Amino acid sequence: MSAISIQQIVKTFPGKHSVVALDHVDLLVESGELFGIIGPDGAGKTTLFRIIATLLLADEGTATLRGMDVVRDYKKIRKVIGYMPGKFSLYQDLTVEENIQFFATLFLTSLEENYDLIKDIYVQLEPFKDRKAGKLSGGMKQKLALCCALIHRPDVLLLDEPTTGVDPVSRKEFWEMLGRLKTSGMTIVVSTPYMDEAVLCDRIALMQTGKILQTDTPQGIIDSYALQLLAIGGDHLYDTLQLLRHFEGTANCFAFGDKLHLSLKDNSYSAASVTAYLEKNGRTDTTVEPIQPGIEDCFMAYL
Amino acid sequence: MRVLLFLLVKEFQQIFRNPAIIRIIFIMPAVQLLVLPLAADYEVKNVYITVVDNDHSSYSHALVNKLVASDYFVLTGYADSYAQAMLDIEQDRSDLIIEIPGQFERTLVREDKATVSIAANAVNGAKGGIGASYAASLIQDFNTDIRTDWLQLPRYNPYPVIAITGSNWYNLHMRYDLFMVPGILVILLTMVGSFLASINIVYEKEVGTIEQINVSPIRKYQFILGKLIPFWIIGFVVLTIGLVISRVAYGIIPEGSFGLIYLFAAVYLLAFLGIGLLLSTYADTQQQAMFISFFLMMIFILMGGLYTSIDSMPEWAQVIAHLNPVTYFIEVMRMVVMKGSTFADIRSQFFIISGMAVFFNVWAVLNYRKRN
Repeated sequence: MSAISIQQIVKTFPGKHSVVALDHVDLLVESGELFGIIGPDGAGKTTLFRIIATLLLADEGTATLRGMDVVRDYKKIRKVIGYMPGKFSLYQDLTVEENIQFFATLFLTSLEENYDLIKDIYVQLEPFKDRKAGKLSGGMKQKLALCCALIHRPDVLLLDEPTTGVDPVSRKEFWEMLGRLKTSGMTIVVSTPYMDEAVLCDRIALMQTGKILQTDTPQGIIDSYALQLLAIGGDHLYDTLQLLRHFEGTANCFAFGDKLHLSLKDNSYSAASVTAYLEKNGRTDTTVEPIQPGIEDCFMAYL
Repeated sequence: MRVLLFLLVKEFQQIFRNPAIIRIIFIMPAVQLLVLPLAADYEVKNVYITVVDNDHSSYSHALVNKLVASDYFVLTGYADSYAQAMLDIEQDRSDLIIEIPGQFERTLVREDKATVSIAANAVNGAKGGIGASYAASLIQDFNTDIRTDWLQLPRYNPYPVIAITGSNWYNLHMRYDLFMVPGILVILLTMVGSFLASINIVYEKEVGTIEQINVSPIRKYQFILGKLIPFWIIGFVVLTIGLVISRVAYGIIPEGSFGLIYLFAAVYLLAFLGIGLLLSTYADTQQQAMFISFFLMMIFILMGGLYTSIDSMPEWAQVIAHLNPVTYFIEVMRMVVMKGSTFADIRSQFFIISGMAVFFNVWAVLNYRKRN
């Protein structure tokens, strides 16, 4: 049985400028998967999480978690999910230990009972256990929030942008923890705006303006990228970018750090024809080389 | 039950860690009870008068002396004319002008009657009105004094005289503190009930912690009780502090039983916690909750009979006053503290407040959503 199944979910936030946050979303998350929802801010990730977590009612469509309907069986669902909102929402005026104990008792369990599950994370928090949650660093806060979401041994863990605003080292550690949690058989759904984190998931869904663009394994998504991709380096990249956007063989061209990524329309164009075009327009100092696409290139191709 | 216990433990941990709340709980009643009853005194004293004496006779002097000798009046000065006296009023140096006409004494003696004019500054309505009537009654007194002097045989008065003596029941010396302190105690409890509780819940909304609570299997009633009980207890603490202060600072010892005060306060606090809870289900930010509370407090206080008598309000306002829970508790407090009323006397107020407690709490619970 799939862990989460979402069919044709629509959610509109009414108002003067009404926003369609989710536009007929379909999604299937298998049991035991580490599933990533990748998308920029405003894609609708949080809305989707809140609907799955039974905090928000959808306008249309159905969603089930372990076969339980999010509207009808919300009481049962709340017992089996662990939800970590994107915004830090633990009690800042309670200590680390008090927060964990409090959330444990809400689920009628205790820290001791599920210690094995959170041990890895808790040992890192232990030196600060008498510190107030509000006084922790960003990375520590996220670890504490994860602890609290895990304390009742949930079946499905929903993590909404757990690594946003966290330093690269803590992010790496966080993903390592998720990897270890997955081995215990837990289904984990995580959202992130960072494309580099996508490859760490078993499967990912690319999301943009309320729509799911594509769902596959990270490699599957990369493999499905049909176009030739070239990386272009050199000086005056901005001028080069403007120039390349007028090239007849360009499907799309974006700046990626210190390089430009150029996708070609079809196989009648190649690195050589791009070099020729650039030289003809007075750009002799550029480097052009074919590269393998990344998740971000796949994402950009939808824009 | 165990969950509720932990919710309460957590709530008290947070309350005791918040120095602002501790200060509000202990300092607010102290300051309000020590300052307000002294300031909110309706007794009009120090009415400033300017005298225009056009007569300069011994009678006119005697009249002025009589006025100034009383506790109520302070002589600003004499003026030569009414117009000049008006200047004192305009510059706010005087509240009353007493004008004694020329030939006052002569007319009085010859014609057996004379007129004195009193002009009052009614910008401060109470002071002007009460000052003028004090002055009128003193002049009346003066009149009686002269008549007594004129009558050589005071043994039997040829005219029948009814002397009026009054006695102020339940408040023998007309002490305003006795009247104000119980009322202010009620306002304190009201603030604890509606302000603190609603702001507390809205804070959880604002910070987002309520999401974590909502997503847990905890029941709605557990969450709500977990919020109501701590503030209910704080209400009792504030009431106790207030009663101690009124005992120590004003020597007010309730005529009635403390048990009755606490019983009524228990139900009253429930009603206001219900209002606070209701407010928090509608407000999304602490700012909104603050302003709504503030707006309601103004109405509750001014239309609750703390400062003004409800019986003298227009009829429509009386209707509003009787929808106001504060009205009933102020009434009951004064009855129990001053008159020593028993439960039988306050039964109707008790049932009305109980009804309000049920009404507001049910509304709040129905309106509280664990999801939207």
